[in-house]
Amino acid sequence: MTGPVLELDRISKQFGDNLANHDISLNLAKGEIVALLGENGAGKTTLMSILFGHYMPDSGKVTVMGRELPPGKPRAAIRAGVGMVHQHFSLAPNLTVLENVMTGTESLWLPASNAAAGRKKLLEISERFGLKVDPDARLGDLSVGEQQRVEILKALYNDARILVLDEPTAVLTRIEADKLFSTLKDMARQGLSLIFISHKLDEVMATADRIVVLRGGKLVAERKREETSKAELAELMVGRAVKRPVRDASTPGEVVLEAIGVTVRTGGVDRLKSVDFRLRAGEVLGIIGVSGNGQATLAQLLSGTAQRSAGSLVLFGEETADLTVADAVTSGIGRIPEDRNREGVIGEMTIWENAILERLSRFSRLGLVDRKAGVAFAARIIQAFDVRGGSPTSRVRLLSGGNMQKLILGRNLIEPPRILLAAQPARGLDEGAVAAVHQRILEARRAGTAILLISEDLDEVMALADRIQAIVGGRLSPSLDAEDADARSLGLMMAGEWEEREVVDAV
Amino acid sequence: MRFERREHRPAALVVAAPMIAVAAALAVAGVLIALAGAPVLEAYWKILTSAFGSRLSVTETLTRASPLILTGLAAAVAFRARLWNIGGEGQFYLGAIAVAAASARLFDGWSSAAQIPLLFIIGAVAGMLLLLVPLWLRLRFSVDEVVTTLLLNFVSLLFVSMLIDGVLKDPLAFGWPQSEAVDAAARLPKLLTRSRLHIGLVMAVAIAFAIHFVQSRTVFGVRSRAAGLNPTSAVFAGVPLGRTLVIVAMISGGLAGLAGTIEVLGVKGYVTSDLSPGYGYSGIVVAMLANLNPLGVVLAALFTAAMFVGADGMSRSVGIPTYIADVTVALSLLSMLIAVFFTQYRIRR
Amino acid sequence: MNALIDILASAGLWAAVLRIATPLILGTLGALLSERSGVLNLGIEGIMTFGAMIGWLAVYNGADLWTGLLIAALGGAVFGFLHSVLTVTLGLSQHVSGLGVTLFASSFAYYVFRLMVPVTGTPPTIEPFKPIDILGLSSLPFLGPAFFTQTAPTYVAIVLAVVLAYLISRTPIGLAIRMTGENPHAAEAQGINPMAIRYGAVIAGSALMGVGGAFLTLSAFNSFFPTMVQGRGWICIALVVFASWRPERALFGALLFAFFDAFQLRLQTVLSGVVPYQIFLMIPYLLSIAALAAMARRARVPQALMQPYRRGER
Repeated sequence: MTGPVLELDRISKQFGDNLANHDISLNLAKGEIVALLGENGAGKTTLMSILFGHYMPDSGKVTVMGRELPPGKPRAAIRAGVGMVHQHFSLAPNLTVLENVMTGTESLWLPASNAAAGRKKLLEISERFGLKVDPDARLGDLSVGEQQRVEILKALYNDARILVLDEPTAVLTRIEADKLFSTLKDMARQGLSLIFISHKLDEVMATADRIVVLRGGKLVAERKREETSKAELAELMVGRAVKRPVRDASTPGEVVLEAIGVTVRTGGVDRLKSVDFRLRAGEVLGIIGVSGNGQATLAQLLSGTAQRSAGSLVLFGEETADLTVADAVTSGIGRIPEDRNREGVIGEMTIWENAILERLSRFSRLGLVDRKAGVAFAARIIQAFDVRGGSPTSRVRLLSGGNMQKLILGRNLIEPPRILLAAQPARGLDEGAVAAVHQRILEARRAGTAILLISEDLDEVMALADRIQAIVGGRLSPSLDAEDADARSLGLMMAGEWEEREVVDAV
Repeated sequence: MRFERREHRPAALVVAAPMIAVAAALAVAGVLIALAGAPVLEAYWKILTSAFGSRLSVTETLTRASPLILTGLAAAVAFRARLWNIGGEGQFYLGAIAVAAASARLFDGWSSAAQIPLLFIIGAVAGMLLLLVPLWLRLRFSVDEVVTTLLLNFVSLLFVSMLIDGVLKDPLAFGWPQSEAVDAAARLPKLLTRSRLHIGLVMAVAIAFAIHFVQSRTVFGVRSRAAGLNPTSAVFAGVPLGRTLVIVAMISGGLAGLAGTIEVLGVKGYVTSDLSPGYGYSGIVVAMLANLNPLGVVLAALFTAAMFVGADGMSRSVGIPTYIADVTVALSLLSMLIAVFFTQYRIRR
Repeated sequence: MNALIDILASAGLWAAVLRIATPLILGTLGALLSERSGVLNLGIEGIMTFGAMIGWLAVYNGADLWTGLLIAALGGAVFGFLHSVLTVTLGLSQHVSGLGVTLFASSFAYYVFRLMVPVTGTPPTIEPFKPIDILGLSSLPFLGPAFFTQTAPTYVAIVLAVVLAYLISRTPIGLAIRMTGENPHAAEAQGINPMAIRYGAVIAGSALMGVGGAFLTLSAFNSFFPTMVQGRGWICIALVVFASWRPERALFGALLFAFFDAFQLRLQTVLSGVVPYQIFLMIPYLLSIAALAAMARRARVPQALMQPYRRGER
């Protein structure tokens, strides 16, 4: 065997007080698939950004095919044959597939772009690796899976010999993910070397030849796949045995919310198509599905920011007219939005203002804000929900993601709501914070709150939900009791299989 | 070299920022004065004495500051809610002409106590209406209000020019395009005799305090700030975005219209097409210099007015163009932007 | 009715269309180039004013006309550089920076002008560009005087629109500019430096704006006076939206706009005394607003327009 195609030698990188990478060394052989395993914030993405020249390391060097890369130069990394497939695709939606692939591959000052040659090369590569795309399609019109294909093609078009994939399955359905991994294995057989970043043990064990575990910015272990197990990896990744809480048996109460044939139309498109569900006090209904299938609209419907165009919504036994945010808040619907920073908080405002913003009418008199009561309310949340890193009068921007989420949980749960809408409540949090969030949700369930949990994380749904429905293309599947669910049946549901089954039954 | 966001903004730096910015602007202006061959230190001294050196110059500076406070507040209120009202100039003129027309045609012979409050309302409403058009275009058609408010400035000025050259033309003005004079009873009381200083100044300062109170203490203040800082989160928290922006626009346009009103009723008594030496545009600079703080607007307006009055006197005595005042004010806007940036970021190697 | 037909049938109208369109074409192309890379340049009004002044001043002091245009371009580029430092390096609000640049560039232009040219009764003039005759086309009946009696910069502007359309859609650098305006992170991932692209586009665009302003003093008129740009810069910003960020449509939009402007100027003389002239003067501004309202939703906005790019921040 020849020498490694890639060597990372004693890389360190510090951001402010945060040591993102500490003295990490790693190598990769030709035709090998290495998984970089770690929690959020373990330093995986930073390490790969250094490899790719997005960041300058404070110390250490990167060697590709025996040649050292100049630090902080993405172009040099590309030339050396390193390709990166980002988690948030680095693509321009208004350009065509071919344009996305070709940008930056030619000398900038050529008088004309050689599109014909580019198209030929692209089609050859897509043929060779079985990654089919239409070069002239506008990128924004493609599905997420297809966009990822373009992202991979882009790297291959640059003659990448080393491919880095950052959380490649985060946005894919199970079927798409399986297909991706078979493509990756095929690439490795053809002599490419791959690193993929993940925190999902299943896919790591199924695909990687070697697994490198990062924790807290340090390399804590390196294992051949044959010599390790999911259990060992889990412990290495977390560093301690964190147990996520699991729900205990309970008997749900009365129906508090029922949707019958609800359709929501925004921007001329039906985002939700005649969905039915019922929610009972003291139970968790989990909505699973790949993102972009109508979850956001479902969340908006219940948080009062989107209105239905057909169907009816029965809240606490009464048919509701349009549900506004104020209605939702006053009638006792707690709302945890999908995107903390974009929807949940206003970073430049103080913690107390963020705590009371949705209840301003309660914390004001004659149009004047009752600052004292607001600060006291925020202090109560900070205490009860263990929000660290700020006082009621400090700005929310200074809080970490986990503490922001605790603040949002706190303002919704400090006075137990009758219904809790939780959209991706643990997304992007580290394992400890996930456990805390789950704990709070289960406590609310025990207290009789009806919970609608929208999540892409099957483990989370299996642990928390009593019943599960899948959302696909704006439609909801019939509900399945959690006891009857397994990974396979849920995978089928998420792929929209129930509809076909219904058709078959009808025949 | 790269910039790193500061976790805390040092209070001293925030306070010092406008002063550093003004000093930097004056320094660059000094270079321009020197290049023109004029004595720099003498020029600075002349600016100071022309703006504050005598009873007359102080009252002149304060008279100039009055409309600037109002246009500055108009910009500050709107910008805070991320409503880019650059149409202060047009709203100023529309307020002015509405007041002139109403006083000359409707309220002729009414008492001061009856007509002045009504005229304030009319002037403010005229400014409001002009800003509601671009806001409507933004909410209905997603049209960027920066360009529409800018374009409407020209429309508004032409409209005024049409009226003072037509139906409202003063027959006694020897053919000059000038509106009929407002009723004597509509003129604002003077603050000091033998000066142009009028109660508009007191009113403008009082409004600055009122807006400070509204922004920091009321539900509306919190909501409009939320709407500006993060519209998506604001909507999620139940802030009625459209309604909040409409109220912000009414306040902002109303203040600019009021600036035109006090200039007509307090100083000129009639409308010409050079009534404003760019009060609307300078208001934007004032707002930025004040970092959008309503009380800071008062100080920033005072500085800007002093620059204009001071540079006017200075240029006459050392013989360089009065435009040096506009240059200095524009420079202080640019340097303020940079200064504010460095209160939020620091340089890292 | 006959009066309208007379206006449309006069070669003078069409000649005026091209003349009025020229600064708009140049300004719109400049704004468009900058916006395609993701930077809104509201400095345009001031940059055009400065270009008009400095180009004129150069010629007044003995430079030839083309040197005057070149100096106007350089002057524009300097302010473009200033705008880039503020919006690209520091990532400040493009709205406010642009207004600051406009206020600074125009007041600085007036200051320099007053310093160099003392007040006189009649403004001093220069000898402006003369119409050129291309291959004798100007002697064609009607078409000649209508379309082929322009000065050289007008033809240059039209050619530039075609060149820019080609540059943006067909060349590697054009692709890099578009990618930067759509998603600077994607550009960076492809080894392109988004900062450099933005600097280049803003500076080159500002140079075009400077030339557009100089056309006013070196070809359309022969003297400089303050406020002569009269909101043309803002109209250009509106035309970029109307053109949906495409140079060939910008050319069409500027011509269409100039047609209405030329038409109203002639209508003014026909209807003078009946309708106040100010009504006609309002038309260009109102048309711009109408064009914005009609196109704002339909236009394909560069996705990263007005978003500062900082490395490593998403």
